Amino acid sequence: MTKLNAKIPEGLLAEKWTKHKASVKLVSPANKKKLDIIVVGAGAAGASAAASLGELGYNVKVFVFHDSPRRAHSIASQGGINATKNYKNDADSDYRLFYDMIKGGDFRAREANVYRAAEISNNIIDQYVAQGVPFAREYSGYLANRSFGGVQVSRTFYAQGQTGQQCTLAAYQAMSRQIKAGKIKLFSRRDVLDLVVIEGKARGIITRNLLTGEIERHSAHAIVFATGGYGTIYYLSTLAINSNGSAALAAYKKGALIANPSMAQIHPTSIPVLNEYQSKLTLMSESLRNDGRVWVPKKKDEKRPPNEVPEEDRDYYLERKYPAFGNLVPRDVASRAAKERCDAGYGVGKTGLAVYLDFRDAIQNQGKETIVGKYGTLFDLYRKVTGINPYEEPMRIYPASHYTMGGLWVDFNLMTTIPGLYAIGEANFSDHGANRLGASSLMQCAGDGYFILPVTIGDYLADEIMTPTISTDTPEFEQAEKEVLEKLKKLLSINGSQTVKSFHKKLGNILWTYSGMQRNEEGLKKALEMIKELNDEFWKDLKIPGGLYELNQEFEKAKRVADFFDLAQLIILDALNRKESCGAHFREEFQTKEGEPKRDDENYSYVASWEYVDENTPPKLHKEQLTFEFVKVTQRSYK
Amino acid sequence: MKITLKIWRQKTSQDKGKFVTYKLDDVSKEMTFLEMLDYLNEKIIMEGEIPIAFDSDCREGICGSCGLYINGRPNGPQKGVTTCQLSMSAFKDGDKITVEPWRSKAFPVLKDLIIDRNAFDELIQSGGYISVNTGAAPEANSIPIKKENSEIAFDAGVCIGCGSCVAACKNASAMLFISAKVSQYAVLPQGQVEAKERVQAMIKKMDELGFGNCTNTGACEAECPKEISLTNIARLNREFLAAKIS
Ligand SMILES: Cc1cc2nc3c(=O)[nH]c(=O)nc-3n(C[C@H](O)[C@H](O)[C@H](O)COP(=O)(O)OP(=O)(O)OC[C@H]3O[C@@H](n4cnc5c(N)ncnc54)[C@H](O)[C@@H]3O)c2cc1C
Ligand code: FES
Repeated sequence: MTKLNAKIPEGLLAEKWTKHKASVKLVSPANKKKLDIIVVGAGAAGASAAASLGELGYNVKVFVFHDSPRRAHSIASQGGINATKNYKNDADSDYRLFYDMIKGGDFRAREANVYRAAEISNNIIDQYVAQGVPFAREYSGYLANRSFGGVQVSRTFYAQGQTGQQCTLAAYQAMSRQIKAGKIKLFSRRDVLDLVVIEGKARGIITRNLLTGEIERHSAHAIVFATGGYGTIYYLSTLAINSNGSAALAAYKKGALIANPSMAQIHPTSIPVLNEYQSKLTLMSESLRNDGRVWVPKKKDEKRPPNEVPEEDRDYYLERKYPAFGNLVPRDVASRAAKERCDAGYGVGKTGLAVYLDFRDAIQNQGKETIVGKYGTLFDLYRKVTGINPYEEPMRIYPASHYTMGGLWVDFNLMTTIPGLYAIGEANFSDHGANRLGASSLMQCAGDGYFILPVTIGDYLADEIMTPTISTDTPEFEQAEKEVLEKLKKLLSINGSQTVKSFHKKLGNILWTYSGMQRNEEGLKKALEMIKELNDEFWKDLKIPGGLYELNQEFEKAKRVADFFDLAQLIILDALNRKESCGAHFREEFQTKEGEPKRDDENYSYVASWEYVDENTPPKLHKEQLTFEFVKVTQRSYK
Repeated sequence: MKITLKIWRQKTSQDKGKFVTYKLDDVSKEMTFLEMLDYLNEKIIMEGEIPIAFDSDCREGICGSCGLYINGRPNGPQKGVTTCQLSMSAFKDGDKITVEPWRSKAFPVLKDLIIDRNAFDELIQSGGYISVNTGAAPEANSIPIKKENSEIAFDAGVCIGCGSCVAACKNASAMLFISAKVSQYAVLPQGQVEAKERVQAMIKKMDELGFGNCTNTGACEAECPKEISLTNIARLNREFLAAKIS
């Protein structure tokens, strides 16, 4: 028997959400005042949820590990956010965006959720504009659009290369307004360490105050995790360095399922690794592929600087292999193609692990000023990191860990398998299947936070109006706190000789090598053994200076890396289980003659959701079967 | 290359704190400034000491977490960069580098190089928003906005809230920070309705929080890693004056 009921409403695709909204239970304004909601995380998802819930009248408590909610990783997202406004009159529609995402995700996402994401995308743009987000505009004063990978229409709204910053700040400010109104209480510099479940329902969290080290208890009638993605598990990634999977893992250990954990997006256009000291990789937004052309030299030992390589000696391999989409193929396709060229010996730069992204033609055709207007901030960023002027010389780029499609399993209401625990934004698995299309994460995060969760959480809370404030003085809180303390003290007592960073680097390296852009059974099995060994070593030989009850950043990192070890094993199990290739999950054993992913719809058209059993038993697999009622499942082609 | 670092160490907010000298003799010019500190910290840990605490997250100049006084200047010698974007190529062999947290009454030191910047959150809470509830927004293209104004709003809106402006100012004023927000909304039609209340509330709050007054020295603009312009302060002053008169 499977545990999973996705609770997808009956009816036509385009009617599901509308009908559902009309049928959910409601909470009266007077009762909302009596209900507490905890929101963990204040990125594009968490901040919009917290603000909207505060506006509705609930008592909201927001927890972030940052010093200010404005610093959530969402602030760094660059290129844009999608909506189906069809301002370009290029035949865009909700259905088309839905179809692009379903296809882009290689038919491994839930139809109903994806359609809803497309359906509410326009409301998000309206909301952001009303909040004062300065999206790019045409001379006429109307909003401008551009294209992103995997699509043939222009539906992306943007604010230069800082769209995420502008959107995140708008939500942060909406949240600030509710803080002033007394509807939100903010707890910053708090790490959420555990979830408290009472009589089967999510009722609280255990946190560590990162300034004092104090362990605290907080309760609520419902809990929302908006804790972002765990792409940092690879050590080097385009994510903010403190991004982590700890909250999701805590929920997992308390009974929430983690879905498709191995579905990790490797983004094709990051600035390559430059040296061994590097602590993070800088993304060059996908929007650059609108105008930049990707190429490598046709000759393996090309010595000439890029500008001196004549046209006939350049291999614009994306345009060559995928004429219909050219440089705008989806991320998984572009990443693998770059890796393939570099592995074959055509890579450029010091390490040979880079390809060119060239703006020469775009600058010639459109003029430098236009390019400055579209990408100025990104070009500046590139120059700051590499010292190379991309207006004069092609950028060098290479794939990097960027986004996790996998995450906490949620139903149509965004509720996990623990009643009262919701997961929104990148922290859940819901909308992107096996590969996320560009500019659709901000859209999903904002959709979840502004428009979906505030409706669906009411449906649950309507049955909680008689539940008084949850006491934190219960055996369940006691027990959770005790377990957290034991684990933290165990970490501190290791007293070994290797730093957290050295372990994180090694773990990341294993994952990148065996579970990155390409995977195979033998490699995955080897990786699992290696991770287990390294995990044992971690618990025997980790060195953490300082103590528990103080500001201790090494300790914070150690906790996150300890959790990464658990998550890494889950990733490998998931990748091993899925004996097919789909989207970003490329199992070498399963490919078409042309080297494209080969799905096995008969056996793997499901969401792999993992249930924690105990430390000594492997997790249990639950399958949520995916049924496609409204699209024809085909072999994905971008040729 | 070899460098000598003089770094501010302070155990807690109550502690008096002092400079401690560290020597590194194998720093690569390819490191960023924070990667150099990471490297130093790894050494400190291996020697059994407590590493230097400092904030950072995005490491690409957008979250505003980092921000240090480096040789007496916010974010060091390069113009238009945050501390995390500062490259060690800006230094040469044998350099002595002094590293301190921001010094301002409104930003108390919590530990080593970490400060409490909650005052910035409080400034935004006082009025740095447009009061529109979720769901109440009209269709996005119903109000055309001049491209030029949208760009002015964007240029002001790119503030990352790092506090370099306060750190650079001899009066520790937060004027550039609040003026960026006031300006962003002053040039947009959506921001008009609350313009008067916004500017008044934010200035009042700034005084309450212990930030100093603006005396127009321009140090904030010079040190702002996002190069936010002083014209925002001029616009704020106009808005403030107009709010008083009306
Ligand atoms: C460089 C880059 C560029 C991108 N560009 C785009 C783009 O152009 N368009 C697009 O659509 N998407 C883009 N993305 C993806 C997108 O930015 C993210 O998927 C999205 O911002 C995730 O938002 P979120 O709200 O789910 O989580 P986040 O923004 O990651 O926020 C997580 C929050 O949770 C808190 N938190 C996490 N763990 C804990 C814990 N244990 N305890 C307490 N608090 C915790 C953090 O403090 C933070 O507030 C980009 C991603 C990267 C890396
Ligand atoms: S770490 Fe984000 S701005 Fe420096």
